[in-house]
Amino acid sequence: MIRAINLTKTYPQTSNALHALKNVNLEIKKGLIYGIIGASGAGKSTLLRLLGGLEEPTTGEVLFNNKNINLLSRQEKRLMHQRKGIVFQKYYLLNQKNVFENIAFPMRISQYDNVTINQKVTDLLDLVGLKDKALEYPSKLSGGQQQRVAIARALATYPDALLLDEITSALDPFTTKAVLDLIKGIYHKQELTIILITHDIEVIKYLCDYVYVLHDGEVIENGPIKAIINQPNHPITKRLLGGINHG
Amino acid sequence: MDNVLNTFKNIGIFSALYETLLMIIISTLISFIVGLLICLVSILTAKDSLKPNKLVYHLTSFIINLGRSIPFIILLVVLIPFTRFIVGTSIGVRGMIVPLTLGSIPFVARVCEDAFLEVDKGLIGAIKAMGAKNTTILYEVYIKESLPSLIRGIGLTMIMLVGYSAMSGAVGGGGLGGLAITYGYYKFDSTSMVMIVIMIVLMVQVIQKTFDLVSKKIDKR
Repeated sequence: MIRAINLTKTYPQTSNALHALKNVNLEIKKGLIYGIIGASGAGKSTLLRLLGGLEEPTTGEVLFNNKNINLLSRQEKRLMHQRKGIVFQKYYLLNQKNVFENIAFPMRISQYDNVTINQKVTDLLDLVGLKDKALEYPSKLSGGQQQRVAIARALATYPDALLLDEITSALDPFTTKAVLDLIKGIYHKQELTIILITHDIEVIKYLCDYVYVLHDGEVIENGPIKAIINQPNHPITKRLLGGINHG
Repeated sequence: MDNVLNTFKNIGIFSALYETLLMIIISTLISFIVGLLICLVSILTAKDSLKPNKLVYHLTSFIINLGRSIPFIILLVVLIPFTRFIVGTSIGVRGMIVPLTLGSIPFVARVCEDAFLEVDKGLIGAIKAMGAKNTTILYEVYIKESLPSLIRGIGLTMIMLVGYSAMSGAVGGGGLGGLAITYGYYKFDSTSMVMIVIMIVLMVQVIQKTFDLVSKKIDKR
């Protein structure tokens, strides 16, 4: 479904260039939950931004359904964005729009009709447990509630894949569990492909089928979650599993 | 109270107030539209923005900074031939709208820029990730999310124009500024001067409070 081929991302700086990603190769198959784990500065968010088509790689390709996303026309790229929902750590809700309008926003961009929008948003509010908050504004919601709105918004345009960038990093443990259970529930109901970026191994263990371990811009290890947890090969992976590297 | 009202009427303070309000409202309306557009172009073409363009960005920055570099009273005099060309006169309400508008456009652009800088760049990225066009991002994100700050900016612009319109009174501009020059400078009538000052202070307070209230009402943060 999504493939990264020899991805490199370099940010030019005044003194030395920052090599955020170095020759990253990965494959995301349909219908599974993938985790990408690494310490802070490993290149996880950069990788997610490239997979999501928000930035262009310095070299290499990102294929979405076998099409190079950086060779798409503007219109094709816009349609591709609608096939993927992205949720960020900071929620990025529109403060001047209420919960209903925040969730409806991607559907309005995609020019869905009002009847479809009303129905879909109502269903999503039900799914994320925020039916009674439809007319509230983000400033009146807790962090966990805002994250639920962001998740609902990412699901609004019937995406094939959900990309989640450190969505529980700013949440307390109880809210984290609630959000992860929500993701699990959504996954089972909608059979989505999910890519989850995190530095928290417990989140990976709880949710993911497959994991890529990132360190210093490179994939150092990858495999089914059980295999990686039971028999990590790389010393960095062992350290991450030991829980020493936190954020 | 009757004496005060009679003095107000005798010196023509209400018609002067009307002239001042006319000047600042028309100038604010035009300068806000133009200033906002200049600012949006600047935001759009900035480095790492939606459509980076070094030349256009530096040009808009230059226009904004150039306009703010020239003291208004000097700008007013420099623009006399241009004002006469546009509206046929350089005195009175009509003659002042041109320099007041041109003098406030750079200020408006700067106020709008400050408002737009409050918008988190991550939010722009998140909305782009939904497949939004640049025009959607400019309108739905930059303008709508900054609306409370923009409303306050309109209030600030109007208050600045109260000051500018008062200055314009020294060169035949009319309004409360012209009245102040006539009674305060030429007739040495301190009582009338005090009343004109009170009127100006009241006007500024009403403008400030109104726009603060409106901004607070629409601000959902």
